[in-house]
Amino acid sequence: MTLLRSIFLRREAGILVMIVIFCAVVGLYKPQFLTGQSLRIVLLLTPLIMIGAMAQMLVLIARHVDLSIGSMLGFSAMVVGLMYREYPDIYWLLGFPVAILTGAVLGLGNGLLVTLFRLPSIIVTLGTLSLYRGLTFIISDARQINRSVIPTELKVMSRTSPIFDVPWIILIAFAIALMTFVIARHTQLGRQTYALGSNPEAAPLRGIDVTKVTLIVFTLAGALSGLAGILYASRWGFVNPSNTGAGFEFQVIAAVVIGGVSINGGVGTVMGTVLGVLLLGCVAAALPLLGIPGSTQNAIYGAVILIALLIDRSVRQRGAISMSRTTS
Amino acid sequence: MTDASTTQTRKLAPARPTWHVVLVRPETMTFFLLIFGLVGASYLSPFFLDMNYILRSFTLTAEMSIVALVLTMVVISGEIDLSPAANMALSACIFAWVQDAGVPMPLSVIVGLLAGLAMGALNAFMSIRMQLPSIIVTIGTLIFFRGLAQVLAGDRSIRVPDSFIGINTVMVVGIPLPVVIFFIVAIILGLVLGATVIGRQIYQIGTNQEAALHAGINAKRIKVGLFLVLGLVSAAAGMMAASRLGSVRYDLVLGGELQMVLMAMLGGTYIFGGRGTILGTFLAAWLLVIASTGMTVANLLPAIQLTVLGILLIVAIIATNFIYARTQR
Repeated sequence: MTLLRSIFLRREAGILVMIVIFCAVVGLYKPQFLTGQSLRIVLLLTPLIMIGAMAQMLVLIARHVDLSIGSMLGFSAMVVGLMYREYPDIYWLLGFPVAILTGAVLGLGNGLLVTLFRLPSIIVTLGTLSLYRGLTFIISDARQINRSVIPTELKVMSRTSPIFDVPWIILIAFAIALMTFVIARHTQLGRQTYALGSNPEAAPLRGIDVTKVTLIVFTLAGALSGLAGILYASRWGFVNPSNTGAGFEFQVIAAVVIGGVSINGGVGTVMGTVLGVLLLGCVAAALPLLGIPGSTQNAIYGAVILIALLIDRSVRQRGAISMSRTTS
Repeated sequence: MTDASTTQTRKLAPARPTWHVVLVRPETMTFFLLIFGLVGASYLSPFFLDMNYILRSFTLTAEMSIVALVLTMVVISGEIDLSPAANMALSACIFAWVQDAGVPMPLSVIVGLLAGLAMGALNAFMSIRMQLPSIIVTIGTLIFFRGLAQVLAGDRSIRVPDSFIGINTVMVVGIPLPVVIFFIVAIILGLVLGATVIGRQIYQIGTNQEAALHAGINAKRIKVGLFLVLGLVSAAAGMMAASRLGSVRYDLVLGGELQMVLMAMLGGTYIFGGRGTILGTFLAAWLLVIASTGMTVANLLPAIQLTVLGILLIVAIIATNFIYARTQR
């Protein structure tokens, strides 16, 4: 098999083609879509989803799913917001470890429920979705954290840039993608996650500590959601107990499924997920330009998930060449 | 399922005593929780001894409870559907939109029902015909249906005509109509599941689809049928909610899938299929009403109720799994 052929057989090539076609079609109607400015808009829409998608990707590869990501994001953002409100003089960077730790604890909670009681992760995280959201209301007394409370240094992070005019928030997102890439490809944990998802029965026979891997994956997902939480506060400048992170899990699942991560576990790459996120970003950026109201966004996300599922199935049926390659 | 079962088959385990069979069941747990909840709630407020008060409270969740009954059968057959709440919203929006555009009322109702049926068909196509896991498929359709409702209704709320409003105020021998419908649906589905061939086949499919196929059961057809019925009933429930509320918004019963799944789980339906009863879901629906009105009477914030619902779901599934693990021979 030639190199070119093996590249084209990969799932990522399909998404890339979809992005190119989509941008070309939109660019035909609205030439201003194909400028650096709109690339900036696309990139600014994606950092949170990118980080959430990395979390969800790891969980899906382990043949689980985490529906509570949005609620963990909201809770962590609220904890940080409350910290800034109660201790206005606190060093602002402290928000990052606090948010990440908070998320990690919530994620560990999911992981413990799944492993200790051998429960299906989808039901557990459906429960914690509302549990964590309710806790967010309780700790915040159902009040919003206002713009004035969030430190200015944190807020400007989503606009200022250390290099090449690329805002911090985008750099962080890509750094997380790179980190996930290294974890997935080059660590024992990553390989074990793939093995666990490919065949949960065989994994313990190969000496994989299933409980440990599952716990770490869920905790990692929580920690990343926590990071997305503080970046939410940075990007939007407020934290609202009911809005922050609501429905986020669905956008994330959409991105990940489009990116070719299999819902049956064991399959998925960071590259594909990044492209899936970018495709969603392109769609979201193109809608207002084309004069399509923002209310259609959810319907389009839903349709895109269903189409991606069908594509995923047809790829699997075509001999699964590309699938086995994407994991190695 | 467990490797312990293979070693145990050599020596036949003694039959479980009758009291054990009757008492160690998830439904029994639900029933005692219900009694416990009633007693506790009546300490909080004497209103709870007033049957009318409970019945009135029940009308608030009657629509979802009806859907949960059908969802129970879907879960027993080994599938799941997270989209009925979104289906309710979209059917209600289509119904309200169509009749707002001047279509006569009976025709609008039919359009709404057909829309629900079509949504059920989409779920069935994706998860049965294309053999994709229904849990992910219905997350996709959940977003899709809710998104379409948002496209259709936008941010406004569509009013329904006065003649259509007030299903919850219609009384049948002193019981609100939605509650009567809930009773009727529960009895019909209970009979179908417990006393017909199709009912037995649903259990068989959920227990072991492979074996069911060898036994000559057309599993696909039954599952497709269940998804279609669920779509149709969700649409009817959506329009009942429209009648109760007097107007339709795209966020009708937003997040209702949690409560529906919770009712099924709390009633002892086994998440992996093959076990569960309509009676369990029936009791669980009442339990939830008692719990949520109890919390309202006790002046708990709605947010705390959200927390309690989440905890209940997790506890319910742990308890059911535990009971089934103990009684599995």
